[in-house]
Amino acid sequence: MSASSTAEAPFVAKTKVGRFTDFVDERVGGSGILREFGRKVFPDHWSFMFGEVALYSFVILLMSGTFLTFFFDPSMAETHYQGSYTPLYNVEMSVAYNSSLNISFDVRGGLFMRQVHHWAALLFVASLGVHMLRVFFTGAFRKPREMNWVVGGVLLILAMAAGFTGYSLPDDLLSGNGLRIIDGVIKSIPVIGTYISFFLFGGEFPGTAIIGRLYVLHILLVPALILLMIVIHLFMVVVHKHTQYPGPGRNDGNVVGYPLGPVYAAKAGGFFFIVFGVLALMAAAFTINPIWNYGPYDPSPVSAGTQPDWYIGFVDGALRLMPGVINNFHFEYIIFGHTLTLNVLLPALVPAGIIFTVLFMYPWIERWVTKDNREHHVLDRPRNAPTRTAIGVAGFTWYCVMWAAAGSDLIATHFHVSLNDVTYWLRTLFFIGPILAFIVTKRIALALQRKDREIALHGRETGRIVRLPHGEFIEVHAPLDEYKRYKLVGFESPVPLPATPNEHGVVTRKEKRRAALSKWFFEDRVAPATPAELEAAHAHGHHEAIEAGADQKSLSH
Amino acid sequence: MGNHSDGSPNHSGTVATAGQNEVEKFQDPGLPPHRLRLADTDPVAAKRAERQVAILFGTSVIGTLIFLVAYFAIDLGDDSTIANIRTQNLLLGLGTAFAMLGIGTGIVHWAKALMPDHEVSEERHAIRHEEDRQAAVRIVDDIVEETGIKRRPLIRNTLLGAVALAPLPALAIFGDLGPRPDDKLAHTMWAPEGGKLKRLTRDPDGTPIKASDVTIGSAFHVIPEGLNELHEGKLNAKAKAVVLLMRLDPNSLNPSEGRENWSYNGIVAYSKICTHVGCPVALYEQQTHHLLCPCHQSTFDLTQECKVIFGPASRPLPQLPIAVDAEGYLVATSDFKEPVGPSYWERDEHERLINS
Repeated sequence: MSASSTAEAPFVAKTKVGRFTDFVDERVGGSGILREFGRKVFPDHWSFMFGEVALYSFVILLMSGTFLTFFFDPSMAETHYQGSYTPLYNVEMSVAYNSSLNISFDVRGGLFMRQVHHWAALLFVASLGVHMLRVFFTGAFRKPREMNWVVGGVLLILAMAAGFTGYSLPDDLLSGNGLRIIDGVIKSIPVIGTYISFFLFGGEFPGTAIIGRLYVLHILLVPALILLMIVIHLFMVVVHKHTQYPGPGRNDGNVVGYPLGPVYAAKAGGFFFIVFGVLALMAAAFTINPIWNYGPYDPSPVSAGTQPDWYIGFVDGALRLMPGVINNFHFEYIIFGHTLTLNVLLPALVPAGIIFTVLFMYPWIERWVTKDNREHHVLDRPRNAPTRTAIGVAGFTWYCVMWAAAGSDLIATHFHVSLNDVTYWLRTLFFIGPILAFIVTKRIALALQRKDREIALHGRETGRIVRLPHGEFIEVHAPLDEYKRYKLVGFESPVPLPATPNEHGVVTRKEKRRAALSKWFFEDRVAPATPAELEAAHAHGHHEAIEAGADQKSLSH
Repeated sequence: MGNHSDGSPNHSGTVATAGQNEVEKFQDPGLPPHRLRLADTDPVAAKRAERQVAILFGTSVIGTLIFLVAYFAIDLGDDSTIANIRTQNLLLGLGTAFAMLGIGTGIVHWAKALMPDHEVSEERHAIRHEEDRQAAVRIVDDIVEETGIKRRPLIRNTLLGAVALAPLPALAIFGDLGPRPDDKLAHTMWAPEGGKLKRLTRDPDGTPIKASDVTIGSAFHVIPEGLNELHEGKLNAKAKAVVLLMRLDPNSLNPSEGRENWSYNGIVAYSKICTHVGCPVALYEQQTHHLLCPCHQSTFDLTQECKVIFGPASRPLPQLPIAVDAEGYLVATSDFKEPVGPSYWERDEHERLINS
């Protein structure tokens, strides 16, 4: 009161929210932060939502997971089920499985929470994967975002780890067999495999320790690491500002979009509720992981048509594809009196190893090949980077072949074909699938570029057929306005970079290899249309003559 | 050379940086003119959008109520049925879905229809400033200088040595996560105890199997006698000892040398644990005499001593030598003659140990 009467009246906020904000600000100095972020510009595009879906799925995982921990007991002690699911009444099982059944049948909302949690986990890994594909195909991993791409890759691995550790916790028959497969893979590791297996399981498989250990990893260590990585990831997004799709008015020096407050915050915040709502709908209507159907873990039975959660599928598929014996050549052999079992070791480690190594290194590989050290904030349309897009699709195809192999038995039973034939075909596709995908994708990308060029120069097809006085039929093309045209012509089309000598005047072998790769990258290229070409097209084209008036306007610059 | 930005609109739109190629490419026309939405110009449309948003938020309230009603009205007491649980799950889920989607779509609709939709352009700033970089380099240099680590290699080297060794205790502590493997994987419960041969019993009830009960074409899931009575490590023992028992026409078996008396009257017993990665080989195709592992489809041919004929396994399933005791029950005459289950580094060593 007295302050307001003095000559230098301090700032007094008008609204309640304003006064509260002022209270906080006076104590922590938040106005600087708000000034920085309150109107920060975020570009808008539907494909930017995948990362958001991943983030929100993770938040939902934390919430539903916390609920589950209140009721779950990770003990492998033996007990007899006394709950309300009668088919398993009095069956001997572990306390972990027992408490999972209780969550499903005797805790109100427990089944719903379990299903939300499982669906959210599947969606989390899926949205991460799709987000990474988006980042790859649009070239968003380029400088200065290479490190954030690596953080994203680490997040993908952590998400799979979180998924797998959680998948095994109910100690049901299906996940128990999954663990046994993991144990078999671990045992195939040379020299230390048996020891790792014994250390992990606290002795022989299955032991009585593994569920408790996975539980600690699942609810503490892995989520903490994921959270840490998310913080780093988002911090870097703020530092770099978001990338944007190419278009009129957008370049590497600016960022065009909606301000954080209110539009972007509202859209992104509202989207959290939408993701939650969709997951709730899935949990309400679609059963996921009905552990009561599988029964408690027992090393003797197994159900046919078993499937891991989808993100582990590609490793499981690789395990299935690898032949153990070709004619009389065994992939398991004895070296220096020890057993080396390559029929397990190779498929378990090599494909995943190749995928993640290439994934982590790709930004540096492309930077080396293209010698492109500039910062990129404008994305590539996938067609405008045909070789990169083809590499991505080839890798994706390879992944999908292995993933499909994880369901080889279901493919065989659903389509009434021979299981062995499915496997033989998939083995073939494992090798030629990526090559075919590369060739086809590159051709499609180039064709789309040519189509863009065509449209930029001659306008879009209107579907209006006109008969000229001398009898010729033509389709009228409507010229684009300059904004739409710029979207089609405003891209880079690098040419191959021949090998250049270094400072000693020597062309090194590494540089020669780089030049060869550069040629492979950029040899097939479609240059963007130029104003001169547009002018020529208009001068020579007949059909545009009809709409000459409009053409003149668009040529004004 | 080195310039691969020809034709590139790298800095398009900013005339100041126009290079020599500028004539050859299109100029950036700048942001397209902003188009007003219906709600921007028509107050009626704006009012309508406002009502739509309010209705969506209202839907959310209804969803929350559905959840609460479903939660309290459906009681999962002792007499609850699966149908009750399903209904409750459905209603809880639908309630949550409405509650969340109502808020979410409401906010997004509000943002899209009523909040300003002007796209704005903001300058990007350099991530690093040269001034900062130089200052940082100076600071690091000063820090290193003040520690004197360069002038005192003795300190540096002993510190490096100490730090390199310090994690060893941590590693050692992890050594007690589990016991040493020793030869545990080499033996199963089938080894005779005190000269008494173990009977083959049914999984899971543990009743012994008479040879006369095993008809041609039948298959039994088998566990060793005494497994169910184990108090500790029952699953561990079972994970190694489970066996599949089948009876074929004795003429179709082709026992190799030394295995002629491992079967009885066409009855053979093989380890059920796949030699690939350890799934139970649970599918017996009676007509073809194949055993199929449902996890990775390794296929074993019973008539060739379970040789691998398809799939990722590389080794035949180990055979359990069986005979019949005085009362006509099937017994194992010894343990497996090789380690069962997936291969591991010491496996060959263990096999030699078993056979020595």
